[in-house]
Amino acid sequence: MLDWIHISIPPTPALFAQLLIGLINGAFYAVLSLGLAVIFGLLNIINFTHGSQYMMGAFCAYLALNYLGIGYWPSLIIAPLVVGVIGMAIERLFLRWVYRLDHLYGLLLTFGLSLIIDGLFRNQYGSSGQPYAIPEALQGARNLGFMFLPNYRGWVIVAALIVCLGTWFIIERTKLGAYLRAATENPTLVQAFGINVPRMITLTYGFGVALAALAGVMAAPIYQVSPLMGSNLIVVVFAVVVIGGMGSIMGAVASGFLLGLIEGLTKVFYPEASNTVIFVIMAIVLLVKPAGLFGKAA
Amino acid sequence: MSTATETAAGAAARGRESGRALAIAAVLIGLGLVAPLVLYPVFLMKALCFALFACAFNLLIGYVGLLSFGHAAFMGAAAYVTAHAAKVWGLPPELSLLAGTAVAALMGLLFGWLAIRRQGIYFAMVTLALAQMVYFFALQVPFTHGEDGIQAVPRGHFLGFIDLNGTLTMYYFVLGVFLLGFFIIYRTIHSPFGQVLKAIRENEPRAISLGYKTERYKLLAFVLSAALSGLAGSTKALVFQLASLTDVQWQTSGEVVLMTLLGGLGTAVGPVVGAFITVTMENYLAPFGSWITIIEGAIFVLCVLTFRRGVVGEIERLLKRAPRRR
Repeated sequence: MLDWIHISIPPTPALFAQLLIGLINGAFYAVLSLGLAVIFGLLNIINFTHGSQYMMGAFCAYLALNYLGIGYWPSLIIAPLVVGVIGMAIERLFLRWVYRLDHLYGLLLTFGLSLIIDGLFRNQYGSSGQPYAIPEALQGARNLGFMFLPNYRGWVIVAALIVCLGTWFIIERTKLGAYLRAATENPTLVQAFGINVPRMITLTYGFGVALAALAGVMAAPIYQVSPLMGSNLIVVVFAVVVIGGMGSIMGAVASGFLLGLIEGLTKVFYPEASNTVIFVIMAIVLLVKPAGLFGKAA
Repeated sequence: MSTATETAAGAAARGRESGRALAIAAVLIGLGLVAPLVLYPVFLMKALCFALFACAFNLLIGYVGLLSFGHAAFMGAAAYVTAHAAKVWGLPPELSLLAGTAVAALMGLLFGWLAIRRQGIYFAMVTLALAQMVYFFALQVPFTHGEDGIQAVPRGHFLGFIDLNGTLTMYYFVLGVFLLGFFIIYRTIHSPFGQVLKAIRENEPRAISLGYKTERYKLLAFVLSAALSGLAGSTKALVFQLASLTDVQWQTSGEVVLMTLLGGLGTAVGPVVGAFITVTMENYLAPFGSWITIIEGAIFVLCVLTFRRGVVGEIERLLKRAPRRR
C-alpha cells in the first residue's frame, strides 16, 4: 500500500502545476457559486442562466476586442456592466412573473432562457473556441523557486479573491448589504420601511449576473471563448453549491476554492476520476450532512 | 350532506372516471394500431420511446412533485446495458430489455436514496449532478466505446420466434412495450399508493403526521420512474440499434422536462402528447441545427410564463368548464 503511494507521487513541479490549475478552476467555481448564492438569497431562484451569462461575459470581451478594439482591462468593467444590464432586463421581463410560483418554475424558466442564449451564440459562432490573447502586462511567468507561475494565472487567483472578499464586505458590512440581508429575511417588512424591494431585487440579480460575466472575462484568456463554455461549467458549479449549501457567502467561496483544489489533486493521483470527483464528494456530503457543509437545515 | 350521497356521488364519479379511462385507452390503442399506415414507423417508434420516458418522468414531477433533472442517466445507462447485452453477450431482446431496466432500477435506488435527502431546487441540482457523473463515466469506460457508442446492435428474435428486424413487427413490439409501461404508470397513479404520493405532493408534513413514511414512498416512486425510463431507453437502443452519449447527456434530461411540461404536468396523457409534439418538431427542424435549441428554450419560457397546465391540462380545464355553462 505504502509502496504504491511512493511510486505514484509525481515530481513536485507537476504536482504544483496541477494544484495551480485546480486553484484557477476553484477561483471560477467560487465567483460563480457566489453569484448563484447572492441571487438565490433574495430571489429564491436557482439561476440556470448563470453559465450562459458567464459565456456572454467572455464573448463580450472577445467581441469588444475584435470589433471595437477595446482591450482586456476596459472589458473587465464593460462586460459585467453590459451583461448585468441584459440580466436586469431579463429579470424585469421574465423572472418577476414567477416569484409567487413554486421555485421549480424559476429553474425551468432560467433553463429555457439559457437554451435560447446558448443556441443563439452557437448559431452565430459555431461550437469551436475562439482564442483570446493574454493582456500584455500579464504575459510571461515568474519563478517562485519551486515552480513557474504564469503571471496571468496568478492575477486571476488574486482578482477572484478580491472580488469574493469585496462581495462579502458589501453584503455583511455595509448599509446596502444590511438592507439586502433584511429583504432576504422578510421582504414585506423591509418594503413597509419604505425600501423599494422590487428595485433591489432587480439590482441584486444584475449584480449576480455581472459577477458571472466578470468570471467570463477573466476566463477568456485561459479557456477558449466558446458558446459551450458555460453549459459545461454550470453543472459542476451546481454540485459545488449543493456541497457548500447556499446559506453563507463565505461558504460558497470556500467550497469553490476547496473543490477546485481537490479536483486538481485528483488529476495528479487518479486522472480518470478528475471529472467526477466533485460529484462523488457531493454524494458523500449528502450522506453525512444533507444540508451542505455551510448550510443550515432547510 | 350525508355520507350515503357522498359515497354514491363518489362511486358515480369513479364510474365516470374509469369509463373515461377505458375510452382513452381504446382511442390510444386504436391510434397506435393504425398509425404506421399513415406515418413513418421509425418516427413513431422514436416518439413512443420518448413518450414512455416522459410518462415515467411525469410520475415523479406530476404526482410526487419532485423535479428530476437527471433522468437521461437512467435512459442512457439502460440503453448501453441493453445494447451491450444484445451485441456482446448475445442475449435475446426480452432479456436485454430486462437487463437494461434492472440496471436503471438499481441506479434509481441509489440516486433516489441520495437525492430525496434534499427537496425542491436542491433535489433538481443533485439529480443533475449525479446524471453528469454517469455521463463522464460513460465517456470513459471502454464498453460504451466513447464517442462512437455501441453500434449495430442486433434486434434479435423476441421470445425466440418473432423476428424484430421487420420495421412493422418492431413497431408493434415497441407499441406493446409502451402500452405495458403506460398501464403500469396508470395503475400506480390510481392505486392507494398513488393517492399517498399525491398527498405527499400537496402537503408532505401532513402526510408524515398521518403516519406515512414519506421517504419510502418517494424512494419507491423514484425507483419505478427510473426503471420505466430505463425500459424506454432499452427499447430505443433496440429500435435504432445504437446506444450513444446523446442518451446520457444532460440536454436529454432537459428535453424530457420540456415534453412533460408542454403536454401537461400531472396529466396521464400529457407527456405522450408532449413527446409527440417535441419529436415531430425535432424531425422537421433537424436541418436548421441549433435553431431547435432556441425554439425549445422559447417553448420552455412560454410554458412557464403563460401555459403552465400544458396542452392536455388546458384541454381538460376547458372540458370541465363546458358542462357547467350548459
